[in-house]
Amino acid sequence: MDDLLSDFLTETHEGLSAVDEALLRLERAPDDAPTLAEVFRQVHTIKGTCGFLGLSRLEKVAHAGETILGLYRDGSLKVTPEGITLIFTAVDAIRKIVVGLEQNGQEPEGDDSAVIEALDAASRGESVALPKAPEVKTEAAVEAAPIAAAAPRTPEPLAEAVQTESAAAQQTIRVSVEVLEDLMTLVSELVLTRNQLMQLARVSSDSQISVPLQRLSHITSELQEGVMKTRMQPIGNAWAKLPRLVRDLANELGKKIDLEMRGADTELDRQVLELIKDPLTHMVRNSGDHGLEKPADRRAAGKPETGRILLNAYHQGGHIIIEIGDDGRGLPVDKIRAKVLAQGLATEAELAQMNEHDVLRFIFRPGFSTAQQITSVSGRGVGMDVVKTNIERIGGTIELRSKEGRGTTFTIKIPLTLAIVSALIVQAGGERFAIPQIGVVELVRVGDEHEGSTRIEMIKDAPVLRLRDRLLPLVSLSSLLRLREAPVGGLKGYVVVMQVGANVFGIVVDRVFDTEEIVVKPVAPILRHITMFSGNTILGDGSVIMILDPNGVARGAGITAEGRAEDQQTVNVTAGIRSDSSTSLLLFRAGDQTPKAVPLGLVARLEDIPVERIEMSGGTPVVQYRGQLMPMVPIAGHWEAPESGRQAVLVFTEGQRSMGLMVDQILDVVEEPLVIQPGSDRLGYLGSAVISERVTDVIDTVYWLSHAGGDWFRGDRKSSSSAQKPRLLLIDDSPFFRHLVVPALSAADFDVTAVESPAEALRLRDAGVEFEALISDIEMPEMDGLSFARNVRASGAWKRLPLVALSSRAEPEDVARGREAGFTDYVAKYDRDALLSSLRECLSSPIAA
Amino acid sequence: MQSISETQRSGPAIAALALAEREDEVFLTLTVAGQTCSIPVLLVRDVLGPQAITPIPLAPAEVAGGLNLRGRIVTAIDLRKRLGLPQSDNADKAMSVVVEQGGELYSLIVDQVGEVIPLPSAGVCPNPPTLDALWRDVSLSVYREEDRLIVMLDVERLLNIG
Repeated sequence: MDDLLSDFLTETHEGLSAVDEALLRLERAPDDAPTLAEVFRQVHTIKGTCGFLGLSRLEKVAHAGETILGLYRDGSLKVTPEGITLIFTAVDAIRKIVVGLEQNGQEPEGDDSAVIEALDAASRGESVALPKAPEVKTEAAVEAAPIAAAAPRTPEPLAEAVQTESAAAQQTIRVSVEVLEDLMTLVSELVLTRNQLMQLARVSSDSQISVPLQRLSHITSELQEGVMKTRMQPIGNAWAKLPRLVRDLANELGKKIDLEMRGADTELDRQVLELIKDPLTHMVRNSGDHGLEKPADRRAAGKPETGRILLNAYHQGGHIIIEIGDDGRGLPVDKIRAKVLAQGLATEAELAQMNEHDVLRFIFRPGFSTAQQITSVSGRGVGMDVVKTNIERIGGTIELRSKEGRGTTFTIKIPLTLAIVSALIVQAGGERFAIPQIGVVELVRVGDEHEGSTRIEMIKDAPVLRLRDRLLPLVSLSSLLRLREAPVGGLKGYVVVMQVGANVFGIVVDRVFDTEEIVVKPVAPILRHITMFSGNTILGDGSVIMILDPNGVARGAGITAEGRAEDQQTVNVTAGIRSDSSTSLLLFRAGDQTPKAVPLGLVARLEDIPVERIEMSGGTPVVQYRGQLMPMVPIAGHWEAPESGRQAVLVFTEGQRSMGLMVDQILDVVEEPLVIQPGSDRLGYLGSAVISERVTDVIDTVYWLSHAGGDWFRGDRKSSSSAQKPRLLLIDDSPFFRHLVVPALSAADFDVTAVESPAEALRLRDAGVEFEALISDIEMPEMDGLSFARNVRASGAWKRLPLVALSSRAEPEDVARGREAGFTDYVAKYDRDALLSSLRECLSSPIAA
Repeated sequence: MQSISETQRSGPAIAALALAEREDEVFLTLTVAGQTCSIPVLLVRDVLGPQAITPIPLAPAEVAGGLNLRGRIVTAIDLRKRLGLPQSDNADKAMSVVVEQGGELYSLIVDQVGEVIPLPSAGVCPNPPTLDALWRDVSLSVYREEDRLIVMLDVERLLNIG
């Protein structure tokens, strides 16, 4: 194609965009003289160049437009809304011809007489019958030509090498996008080669090379940064077409819409910009079409008649955050629920367990659309899943917040640049992989050794990592990628803690190497369906490795439930507890105004169950919970099903059994020493304590658990007090029982220390710590109670202490075995009375050797 | 990592090219499990000796993995697996023929690479009915020579995996 023509096309595209913007301004302020002058000038220029290039069709339309604009500018003709709409029509006609020109090298055949007639009529001052606007709704048609791969020689609307920010325009220069792409590829290869050299230099001892190599490396990094900058474009470029779109939308739907754009000069990579343009357009359309109500409805709802769509973009960390929000009617949660059921995407039971946020995320499923009718604008049900896929493909995430009646806001978070990323190189199953640094929160070393390493624990066959009082779900990379079976003895190696959206989880790998800058290369098309990988790369040593996609990994491991909040799931567990050291306590209200407390470690989950789900069985309230019937116990004593709403429940779980304690309101979680004053003999309470400076009832969990029936354990009487405060050591590997027994014993006036294994107990013994009595579980990993007893009786300071066994196995043989190993007494789990009386007995008389 | 595309251009190969009426009648022959096949020479970017291939987890079985060719990542396809044939005894001597499709590089792992020869259309026949089903799927046609049948491979079909 002619150079002259190419230049003309570029300039005309820019000119037409400018005219669009100016016309929008004019609509609001018809007497704005400078704007009028600008519009005239733009169209005049187009007409002139058309004539010069012999583009007669264009020239005719432009001429007609120029005439009426001249009259507007001179003030001879009054600017009317119809007039402006007519000029929009003319602009669209011109654009269409230009697109045809681009594709074929010459003006397409066509008849513009309708538009020209209308323009001439308007110039004469006659009222105008607006010609049907040419099909401009599918932005694709307009965008297709600039992006079409079929016309490779035609450059796209060009990137400016330097941003103009202020009125004092800086020097800019036009550069073709192809040149920049080539530059980027070259720099990528340079980075790779630099990495290779650095690798070699590390091994070789040739010191002469190292200084120039350092310099080279530094220069390469700067070059990389510089070229990246050339690829940066303001997001406003993607937003340019939106005001016009919104205006047309508002007219078509009979609504009043105000589009506000903030942070239009926030910059992001050109490639990323291209990929989010369509998703953004789609979401704005949705807001206008489905989100915002008609003016009459808005008035009735007490909202201003004009609906508002807000676009907000800003940088945060290595990402750009884009918010698209409206103040419309919000997402219809119930309709979505109904649709989910109708489409069979989830069962009633599953839906009931989800919070609103999770239900709303169903809109990202393919084929999902609750729009009643399919308008020409949206509602075809192909939208949001494509949006989400496109965003995730570039390593981004999308979150949504919605309130019925108030509005909806989507938040998109995308990495600033795609091509070169920092990645952590790890090894699993004998192969190496790259994990993008951006999602990595921290690295934790795990293993079976005790010193300085954290342990991986299993909760119902799912490995989790206890990390500073949080439980993180884990996924073994070698298992996930089916490389090698996970070692039977338990997982060990390193855990790479990742954060994806609201999900935090850990990837277990065998080895961690270092962080490298890698050039991301997309995988071959036949491998694109593998969601675990977001690309592949060549390392400094020339080897090809795959780049993990944290999103894909989380999904593959079943970890993501589309953004379940962490808060509801953390179980706070402390390893060793003393009766007067700080414990995490859950405070709640039930039945009366006095706050109640329970050690948080006992509580498995906090649930908020809709009352409709609570059914009665044999006079007891029950709830279908995770595939089983969970008995519910009202702390307030009796319970009347309220009409509707939700019931706060504390769920206690041990093994397969669950029990729900119904409370009025959950207050807080605090960490304080728990000192229980044995209270009045009230069933269900251990006593009271001062927590957060308030008198709080401490509930007797045993009582409530046994109230739920079943065979949790026997014994449901309150504690009796003793005179002195003897020191007890409790050894039990179950945190649940430790949390259970310690408060109960301390309420009985013992000074209790609890440890989780005999090994730890023996350490205490060797450290010279003294106790009056020892209580030990029998069934424990590593060293069991019997071995422990034998050990204690063999030698050491505790040789003569009373030793009480606490076990769920209480057959005569077990008791005999226990006695033989050296236990003074054998108590069934969990018979509190028996335990207390046993202790009292043991402590009052010295042990007979 | 040798590239012998240059050496192929010598001697008999040049003569062969001269004899061929059109460029698209010149083919590179290769052997898989004893069967001679051919692919259009115009599609061939490189011929490589045994390579270090990184296996790609979760990939279809036919994908042997990825390899690095002068800074570009090439996806290696095990032709024996692709055709449902048993593994070779001499796997470490396998050769790779690099082709390009849709802007991506693929390397076909074969037992042996033959030579560049013209296969004029006169000798091209449609797939005989006796041709094994495996081969028929990826064979455009066959070329009859005196002592052998050359399966003319359809590279696009070959790469249509998953």
